[in-house]
Amino acid sequence: MSDRISQAFKNGTAFIPFLTCSDPDIALTEELVLAMADSGADLIELGLPFSDPIAEGPVIQEADERALKAGFKVDQLFTLVSKLRKHIQIPLVCMTYLNPVYKNPVDHFLVQASQAGLDGLIIPDLPYEEQAEIKEPCQKHGIKLISMIAPTSHQRIIEVASHSEGFLYCVSSLGVTGMRSNITDQAKDMVMLAKANTTTPCAVGFGVHTPEQANRIAQYADGVIVGSAIVNLIAQHGRNSVEPVSQYVRSMKQAIV
Amino acid sequence: MDTGRFGTYGGRYIPETLMSAVLELEEAYNHYKDDPEFIQELKDLYINYAGRPSLLTYAKNFTEELGGAKIYLKREDLNHTGSHKINNVLGQCLLAKKMGKTRVIAETGAGQHGVATATVAALLGLECEVFMGKVDCERQALNVYRMKLLGASVHPVTSGTQTLKDAVNETMREWTKRVSDTHYVLGSVMGPHPFPTMVRDFQKIIGEEVRTQIIKAEGRLPDYLIACVGGGSNAMGLFYDFIKEPSVKLIGCEAAGLGIDTPQHAATLAKGSEGVFHGMKSIFCQNEDGQIDEVYSISAGLDYPGIGPEHANLAAIGRAQYVPITDAEAVEAFTRLSRSEGIICAIESAHAVAYAEKLAPTLGKDKIIVINLSGRGDKDVAAIARYQGEDLYE
Repeated sequence: MSDRISQAFKNGTAFIPFLTCSDPDIALTEELVLAMADSGADLIELGLPFSDPIAEGPVIQEADERALKAGFKVDQLFTLVSKLRKHIQIPLVCMTYLNPVYKNPVDHFLVQASQAGLDGLIIPDLPYEEQAEIKEPCQKHGIKLISMIAPTSHQRIIEVASHSEGFLYCVSSLGVTGMRSNITDQAKDMVMLAKANTTTPCAVGFGVHTPEQANRIAQYADGVIVGSAIVNLIAQHGRNSVEPVSQYVRSMKQAIV
Repeated sequence: MDTGRFGTYGGRYIPETLMSAVLELEEAYNHYKDDPEFIQELKDLYINYAGRPSLLTYAKNFTEELGGAKIYLKREDLNHTGSHKINNVLGQCLLAKKMGKTRVIAETGAGQHGVATATVAALLGLECEVFMGKVDCERQALNVYRMKLLGASVHPVTSGTQTLKDAVNETMREWTKRVSDTHYVLGSVMGPHPFPTMVRDFQKIIGEEVRTQIIKAEGRLPDYLIACVGGGSNAMGLFYDFIKEPSVKLIGCEAAGLGIDTPQHAATLAKGSEGVFHGMKSIFCQNEDGQIDEVYSISAGLDYPGIGPEHANLAAIGRAQYVPITDAEAVEAFTRLSRSEGIICAIESAHAVAYAEKLAPTLGKDKIIVINLSGRGDKDVAAIARYQGEDLYE
């Protein structure tokens, strides 16, 4: 199994855009992913729409609602990844709440994910203490289970970081996803503590949307994750969003290299 | 470490941002639950503020009408604020205060839990914000005003189905935004560990009182305990002290709405499947893709797509039985108990009364049923009037 995720962190700070699958439809998601890969994205997060996304702010909540209204089914994620794999080799990671994986059930989800060519899973409602039942099957199927740390994690960071794989998702600040005007250096302290305990690359997300913020984070982190700002562009421009999203990805990647 | 499992159910499936708060809560709860001073303070609040013990009323007329088992009513409707919710809220708010928290947040469905939280926050000098689905705010406008009167802010939740499940989502989101000074007063035996255990412990006084009261009245334990189940806190509170008594049958009544063969119900154990949601592994109404269903019940308090993990386990091991009760059956029981006993119970509790109507006539007169009247029905009068075709608004 080639480790595409670690490759993503070998060309300077990685830029990691997120979008919600099937917002507003799955064909546009495919176009957008290809365009983002072409515009300098190093790893792409595919959000699996969920009825009750408790870690998301309004922008991604609404994207999930649009996708589900458009009739999104979990199987479409795997079809999408298979199609994308004919064109691109950058790592693709799925961000999903645990229930759609659990209900699939877990093993079936992972077999399909692995066959399609997905590299990892980020599960925001699966904290470190509950990972065991998912991590083992993930390892079996060659899928990395990405852990998260947050500003409230404090000493937990040591344990979470030292068991991390793929990359470590560092939540920049309190609260749910969504664009913030201020990201304090709280994130820096968190990343520093994590880096002292792991060689896994550390990427910072939640709230990041401007090139200036990305540049500042790139001084200490290995990757910058942006979700709501991209989803917002898709919401604004709908089927005409490929160009503005590509431009945005280029500007963000430029800000961090 | 105790991860709060009931069989395979329970656990804590929450965002990392909340983990430290939940671990801090667990540690504090484990400390204070055995602290004599905390126990004494809570007992004092139960007696002198909530009005405990609540009565166990023999429903003579209702028993004679049904012509079978003797029916007793556990009168949680007589508590201050009108439901069992106050038991849990007093416990959690007192604990929050001991933990140095200055602000509490809560979700509410019918408004009973929100009112109880606003009430105790006023008493203990805590800032209080309540999240309530916009649809529920409209269904229960009086309770919204009641909370405001008590000094709480009420936030109508406009995401998703705009009911209880969405109110829980929004309260969890709010907690991740501001966690250090804030305690989330979860209203039922659900959510991440330690909530299902802690809320059950604060509610188990219901069953403990029933034991003393029924032994005094009848000289023996009851044969059946019946309670309505949404998340399941009043039922867990009634059942818990009797789980180890094999002769006592435990029956939970779920909201079947328009019927469990329609999509319009909230009968989780009848129709749901295993999943992970709202911090717990349990049973949920969901589709084949793991998307949580929109559920429906005439009762805003039972209109929830999941059930507490301890109930899921009691069902799995066969210790308790769960039955669906439709809107129509609950409304009939609501009306019947009003006329027969002069007690207007909450529409939630009427689901339990409705099952007793079916069960009692099939049992001998020597059998004893205890129904948990989890709340009073004043809040439901206008909605029931409309259900019965009257053009009545609050």
